[in-house]
Amino acid sequence: MKHIRSISEIGKAGVLAIVERAKQMSEINSRPVPKVPALRGKTVVSLFLEDSTRTRLSFETAAKRLSAETMNFSVSTSSVNKGESLRDTIETISDMGVDAFVVRHKSSGIPWQIEQWTDASIINAGDGAHQHPTQALVDCFTVSEAFGVDSFEGLTISIVGDIRHSRVARSNVEAFAMLGAKVIIVAPSTLLPPDVGHWPVTISNDIDDVIGTTDILYMLRLQSERMDQGLIPNLSEYGNRFGLTEKRVSQLPLNARIMHPGPMNRGVEMQVDPSHLSQSLIHRQVANGVSVRMAVLFTALTLNDDRDHAIQGLSKEAAQ
Amino acid sequence: MTGPDVHRALSRIAHEIVEKNHGSDDLVIVGLQRGGVWIAEALAAKISQIEPELVVPLGVIDVSMHRDDIDLRPASQVAISHIPCDITDTTVVLVDDVLFTGRTVRAALEGLNSFGRPKCVQLAVLVDRGHRELPIRPDFVGKNLPTKNSDEVLVSVDGVTVTAGEGK
Amino acid sequence: MSVVFRGGNIVTNEGVVHADLVVQGGQISGIGSGLAAKEVVDISGLTVFPGFVDLHAHLREPGREDTETIETGSRAGAKGGYTAVIAMPNTNPAQDNVPTIEFVRLQGQRAGLLEVIPSGCITMGREGKALAPMAELAKVGVKLFTDDGSGVQDPLLMRRAMEYSKELNVVLGQHCEVSSLTQGAVMHECGCSSDLGVPGWPSIAEELMVHRDIELARLTGARIHFLHLSTAGSVELVRQAKLDGLPVTAEVTPHHLSLTAELLRGFDATFKVNPPLRTISDIDALKAGVLDGTIDAIATDHAPHARRDKELPLDQAPPGMLGLETALGVTCAALDLDPLAIAQVMSVAPARIAGIVDRQGNLPRVGVAANLCFVDLNATWMINPETMASKSTNTPFVGRQLRGKVVHTMFNGDLVVRDGEALK
Repeated sequence: MKHIRSISEIGKAGVLAIVERAKQMSEINSRPVPKVPALRGKTVVSLFLEDSTRTRLSFETAAKRLSAETMNFSVSTSSVNKGESLRDTIETISDMGVDAFVVRHKSSGIPWQIEQWTDASIINAGDGAHQHPTQALVDCFTVSEAFGVDSFEGLTISIVGDIRHSRVARSNVEAFAMLGAKVIIVAPSTLLPPDVGHWPVTISNDIDDVIGTTDILYMLRLQSERMDQGLIPNLSEYGNRFGLTEKRVSQLPLNARIMHPGPMNRGVEMQVDPSHLSQSLIHRQVANGVSVRMAVLFTALTLNDDRDHAIQGLSKEAAQ
Repeated sequence: MTGPDVHRALSRIAHEIVEKNHGSDDLVIVGLQRGGVWIAEALAAKISQIEPELVVPLGVIDVSMHRDDIDLRPASQVAISHIPCDITDTTVVLVDDVLFTGRTVRAALEGLNSFGRPKCVQLAVLVDRGHRELPIRPDFVGKNLPTKNSDEVLVSVDGVTVTAGEGK
Repeated sequence: MSVVFRGGNIVTNEGVVHADLVVQGGQISGIGSGLAAKEVVDISGLTVFPGFVDLHAHLREPGREDTETIETGSRAGAKGGYTAVIAMPNTNPAQDNVPTIEFVRLQGQRAGLLEVIPSGCITMGREGKALAPMAELAKVGVKLFTDDGSGVQDPLLMRRAMEYSKELNVVLGQHCEVSSLTQGAVMHECGCSSDLGVPGWPSIAEELMVHRDIELARLTGARIHFLHLSTAGSVELVRQAKLDGLPVTAEVTPHHLSLTAELLRGFDATFKVNPPLRTISDIDALKAGVLDGTIDAIATDHAPHARRDKELPLDQAPPGMLGLETALGVTCAALDLDPLAIAQVMSVAPARIAGIVDRQGNLPRVGVAANLCFVDLNATWMINPETMASKSTNTPFVGRQLRGKVVHTMFNGDLVVRDGEALK
């Protein structure tokens, strides 16, 4: 798999393979010296044209633990601010000899546009409100770890919040459903995307309708600018209708878990301190971020089709 | 080699390991994923029969992330390392089924380093088929088996077979 | 100097006739059999149409001559069979003043490939705040006024524009888009826009303004022309307005008859256009509208853009696609039209709406200006962006089979395109 750009491109087999690979990476991360030479000689560029702390750090840590060289390119230091086109930027960096771009951009579709301008692998670290596949892979790994299952058949996962503007929701809906979960999206109608009858989900406008039967409550961040756009009347009304309160926590089934991709908006969608909740998987999500992104980089840089051709000509001598 | 041959060779190696290490109590047996794992298990079981009071921790190590030829041979299968104890200042016996170019063992030596610094590392293999590409030598060998470079050597509890590969 | 076009099928008021056609002194001087002239052009197998008239082209001059000039746009039009093109006013400066209008017309005359007819702005700078000096512009020949690129949002201002336009006997062309409903829109609002996580451009944003302007036309009696309609609902509104006898006309683009929003899934901004590509059912309704006369004209909305602009992220790339060179081929591939119907939607009706029937949009007959195009209706072909006459290459029709190819174009008695090649 050369590019990791969307859950549908990765496919079910790919999702399962990366989750499986992440277990191996997780073991490496638990070693006294959590570093292996697997990607020695490879160069990974982080091209973050939109603010991000945790995703960028987790990718950089992942790359370093696999011994890849990393180059960091962020908006403030880049010539993108000097009017250089994205194409020029990509072509220039590619000329320096790059094996993978890890790209975050505020516009949907960037990982597909830049494919035309480079031979390197493209890892989507979030494009607009479109996809955030590595977050979905982290979440699948975390659910798989917490529930001890590879298949999510029989699990009900409710994703609550600003589905309309959320790339995490789009990737997670696809990934969770792909692995067999029943997925419910919960939001006021103004924060639901239009015409999504073809999504593999049920839709609810009331968190209290789903909370008693959900195995995983996945809370999304609500950005205050949604209020300025007239999508919700105000944050406190939203918090009351869709936020996670002590009362709602108490209504969750016994073995239910709570997830959040971060960063959290305390007092809005999170009205309880999750660090006090035994149900919270939020720290596991962060911790697993590095392992899953190691699996993603390893998969894109050593298991891609281009390389398969090179391998075919070789004898099996290396295999023993 | 037949099944009973394999069995006898493993018994001998177990004795040799105990003998060479003078019954020392800091032994750790580590099998290489995947072919070395069952052999390591068999050796550990035999050692504890020979020296019932000795506790020999058994680990496995996956070397795919440490290979120098990862571009030529993608690690498409996932195998997980598990080292049950701190290996610093222990004697680690690495166990694999077939010793060939030596590159896997080199990767395993490097991999071990991320778990600690053993006092000493020894190597046990069921079959040494020659064609070394690195200065690596086994401490314990079940059988030296001359092969052609292109041959395939298959090892299981039922025996060892050599099939002629496509000659180069 | 006289030329006889021998053995073609001529689209006339009496139907399609197999005859020779003689041009002399810039006019058609004879239609019949066995005619002779100094020069003979064999056009057997070709169909002779009145030169096409495009109600809607962005020629980008003045302002963005890096993407198109009036000369290159004219050449593209001539290759597409056009002998007249209405130049949209969203130039820089905008066509809200006499010097700019005169400049555009003059540049067209200098190119000499077809008639470039400047439209005028409804409001100053197309800002939707104050009326442009419509009477002054009408005096120098502007017949069609539009703020194309955006619609006139304020209903009061639109009412005033309609009242004013009526006494000047000019037509208002409306770009129907309620802009508060389309903020940041990238494509049609649908399941696909939701999948891609981009803001959608809902059909209702067009239909609300179509409805408003139909009612304002009912109130004022002004002539309103709806630019580039794209939704089934709009077609139905116009159909009803015509049944009510209101003076409304409408156009549709070849791309809205043939391409859907799903093409945006590859994030290629070539397919980004305003109004956006919509759905199959919209296409079906638009086709039905053309066939039953609800939609009067095919117009290209030819909108050249620089490659570097179309390479911007999808949400930042400018909307628009080329159209002049492919209009006939796309339309005929999408719709089964007989030659008379093609002449109607490509030439006769647009010339009537633009108010230029004295010299354009006349079915061939003796005595009319020799603005003609000669078409191989059976030809199937593909566009090659590298050999297009336009200065830009943003055509969405690469790799698509087109039907019906313009072979020659004659403007005011001169062949400007021969065998598909522009002669100047």
